[in-house]
Amino acid sequence: MPELSYREAVRDALSRAMREDEDVFVMGEDIAEMGGSMGVTHGMLEEFGPERVRNTPISEMAIVGAGIGAAMQGMRPVVEIMYEDFLTLACEQLVNQAAKHRYMSGGQVKVPLTVRTQGGAGWSPGAQHAQQLEAWFVHIPGLKVVFASTPADVRGLLWSAIYDDNPVICFEHRTLYGLKEEVPDELDPIPLGKARVHREGEDVTVVATGRLVHEALGAAETAAGEGISVEVVDPRTLQPLDEEAIVESVKKTNRCVVAHEAVTRMGFGAEIAAIVQHQAFDWLDAPVERVGATFTPLPFAPVMEEFVVPDAEDVHEAIKRTVART
Amino acid sequence: MLRRMAKVERKGGLSEAALREFFREMLLIRRFEEKVEERFRAGELPGFLHVAIGQEAVAVGVCQAMEEGDVFASTHRAHGHTLARGTHPNAVMAELYGKLEGCSHGYGGSMHLYDVERGNLGANAVVGGGLPAVVGAALAFKFRGEQRVGVAFFGDGATNIGTFHEALNLAELWQVPAVFVCEDNSWAESTPAWQHKPVEDTIDRAKAFGMEAMKVNGQDVEEVYAATKKALAHARGGKGPVFMDVECRRLHGHYVGDPQIYRSKEDIEEAAEHDPITLLREQLGLSDEEFDEVDREIVEIVEQSVEFAKKGTDPKPEDALKNVYA
Repeated sequence: MPELSYREAVRDALSRAMREDEDVFVMGEDIAEMGGSMGVTHGMLEEFGPERVRNTPISEMAIVGAGIGAAMQGMRPVVEIMYEDFLTLACEQLVNQAAKHRYMSGGQVKVPLTVRTQGGAGWSPGAQHAQQLEAWFVHIPGLKVVFASTPADVRGLLWSAIYDDNPVICFEHRTLYGLKEEVPDELDPIPLGKARVHREGEDVTVVATGRLVHEALGAAETAAGEGISVEVVDPRTLQPLDEEAIVESVKKTNRCVVAHEAVTRMGFGAEIAAIVQHQAFDWLDAPVERVGATFTPLPFAPVMEEFVVPDAEDVHEAIKRTVART
Repeated sequence: MLRRMAKVERKGGLSEAALREFFREMLLIRRFEEKVEERFRAGELPGFLHVAIGQEAVAVGVCQAMEEGDVFASTHRAHGHTLARGTHPNAVMAELYGKLEGCSHGYGGSMHLYDVERGNLGANAVVGGGLPAVVGAALAFKFRGEQRVGVAFFGDGATNIGTFHEALNLAELWQVPAVFVCEDNSWAESTPAWQHKPVEDTIDRAKAFGMEAMKVNGQDVEEVYAATKKALAHARGGKGPVFMDVECRRLHGHYVGDPQIYRSKEDIEEAAEHDPITLLREQLGLSDEEFDEVDREIVEIVEQSVEFAKKGTDPKPEDALKNVYA
């Protein structure tokens, strides 16, 4: 089995789809000669040429909108938005257009568009280059949202996103691009809406996304040393959401912590907490704990950034709070 | 007969028979819109409506010039474009009544008329919202080597919004087969052109992108038709996109019921003097008898569309849950 980094796994899914299918192409800012600001599309220009690995102007509305139009004609465009902060520039096209064409047309139209983007703190980019905005898009009926945390997952999920007939936004985490994992030679598509249990446990369920999956696994290891058995569940797809896997896990452990890098307030974790209290109320031995960023923009100075953004220690403390209740 | 033939100028290389057919189409839009206003005031139509009275020659001239396989995106003022492209008045009226038989099956309404079979990729309630998708559709045609063109309708008010500039920039940069039809009625809702754009001549905006651009008298259906034929041939021939600044008159308010308190009596009267239907009727030299004969037939078609719509099927409330995802 070859070892692939998260970055290479994304490239592998894109390249395989483009080799097999002329309807798939990628476009975005600096993705051709430069290979993308994160190096994800590095080398693809040489293999596929400038028509299918298409450099664009800095023009998010038009890039996403052109993706929508090409998708409505049956192509399967993959649009790269360099930083997810810049999704805000394309929001009109994503929210009013991509998400709603099928509905407004009474089912006449399909928009098989994939938008890849990345973000994440931990390198002092400041307030406009590292936000985690996945919760904005989970709120929009008509969009699907993927947030993969490992090389195998990102490869299999991206493939499914490309071949889904709906607009899918795939969030990647910047600090995970170098993460390596052995993956099978064959690309196994991972169905959208299927959670992954990374570690089984008995006492607390941690539902974590993106980088926080790895922080949660670290916290689980620490907790294990204290005699606390932690189950770590990664939904992987935020919409559709594998509610069943999350609820089943909580019914087993009776405690739940939700962890993401995004701001806690009104974050994706709030929805998980609501689902869990509603569907597993009688099983809960403690309030659902939430771990996320403080309600501030991302600060520049490393010491402040570290304070704002959650890590394994924050997850560990939340785990201990749930256990302390009983 | 000879007298009338002599009166018809041949700007578009059109036979008198063809021009009479255009007249019929324009009258259909006029009578349809008048009926829509009447039924709205009677409280039968939900939502709110924008009629194309005064702009019939643009819809008919452009849509008659389009060929099978060409696609278009429309605006909030969409009834005329949709009818002119051949969607049955019954299907349009049923949509305005919110019926399953409507061209968007009751999911869209007046501002979201779709008819994919006839190349209608959707009317857009967000000013400028449809332009980027037309660029994307045209890109798909270029990718596949198809001799098809994407046409975007929008108004002069849309030339101030980002999607307009981003879409024109991308279209010209990539030389895609697109035609941008600006229905330049010099009003952005209630705001006159001199208050909403610093560029006196709208055509200069397209020229700034290096785009082929033409100015067209939108009250003259033959001229609109001829200009559109030329624009489509240019785009279809791989010579890049074309911008059409179609100067036209909005004879009524922005929406049905608009008291137009912002508009002078003189301006309304001046616009009425350029009624494209009156102008074409004079050009064709139609006698009262001849006019009445066509009019009776059209009025009957419109009446039947109301009957059809009223007898249509109401969606079930829970149908609202369908068509969110493909």
